[in-house]
Amino acid sequence: MADRPVPIVEKRLLDVKLGELVTWIGGRDATPNGIFAALRRGHDRYYNKYINVKKGGIGGIAMLLVGYVAISYLWEYDHIKHDRWRKYH
Amino acid sequence: MVLSFFDQFMSPSYLGIPLMALALILPWTLYPKPTSQWISNRVLTLQGWFINRFTQQLMLPLGRKGHKWALLLTSLMVFLITLNMLGLLPYTFTPTTQLSLNMGFAVPLWLATVLIGMRNQPTIALGHLLPEGTPTPLIPVLIIIETISLFIRPIALGVRLTANLTAGHLLIQLIATAAFVLAPLMPTVALLTATLLLLLTLLEVAVAMIQAYVFVLLLSLYLQENV
Repeated sequence: MADRPVPIVEKRLLDVKLGELVTWIGGRDATPNGIFAALRRGHDRYYNKYINVKKGGIGGIAMLLVGYVAISYLWEYDHIKHDRWRKYH
Repeated sequence: MVLSFFDQFMSPSYLGIPLMALALILPWTLYPKPTSQWISNRVLTLQGWFINRFTQQLMLPLGRKGHKWALLLTSLMVFLITLNMLGLLPYTFTPTTQLSLNMGFAVPLWLATVLIGMRNQPTIALGHLLPEGTPTPLIPVLIIIETISLFIRPIALGVRLTANLTAGHLLIQLIATAAFVLAPLMPTVALLTATLLLLLTLLEVAVAMIQAYVFVLLLSLYLQENV
């Protein structure tokens, strides 16, 4: 009835309990290969859910573009924050 | 710190990573790889149709020997058109507004077409420097003019793309600032300015696509003369 005990580092993020979080982060594969593998997994999940479907709409690409705009804003915030509504520029 | 209107073209960086890197990698992520499925998803179908049509159109005037350039020219076109269109989104950075990038595309490719011509058919390549039917007294002057014209091509290619995109972005920023500042003072004029801004944005979308196309088309023309 009870599941077989799974090692902490192999659990998915939402299954990890709060107390085990630090162990989980510490045990993840942070080598360049590991990072690429994680990015590839994330990309495959997004692609297969939103784009690689029979009747995909504009939402799949639109979400990507909005995310890009958001990241660009974050990247340039230090520069843009000087452009506020002031009396004297 | 006073912001000038040219600050949007500065290459920003965050934690040491320039935004240019993200902007250059993004087009690669936006085009999925074709699979061996018989019917693929809509994005892949559209992408495949567009690339096939474009390559066929581009390769029409080029002979067999020019077909070696098909992959390079089509991927260049797709890259430039994606960079230009992405630059129209708010807060994004357009790498093609940097002269260094455009010259980096223009000079090596132009030089390649010239060297191919000189190597494979030097007589014909040099013959391009003198148009048919020129009156005899004009020949020395015309050769000098044609040589200058030949060497100006890469500069023209690079600067054309840079100037068009930079000017478009600047205009959008100027007119947007005007509309924004006028809104509390003269709402009607601000409305007119906002309409102008809308039309200008549509123009910029067109310019973004056209400039990429012109770049690649001219390159294929230079290739056609020399291949």
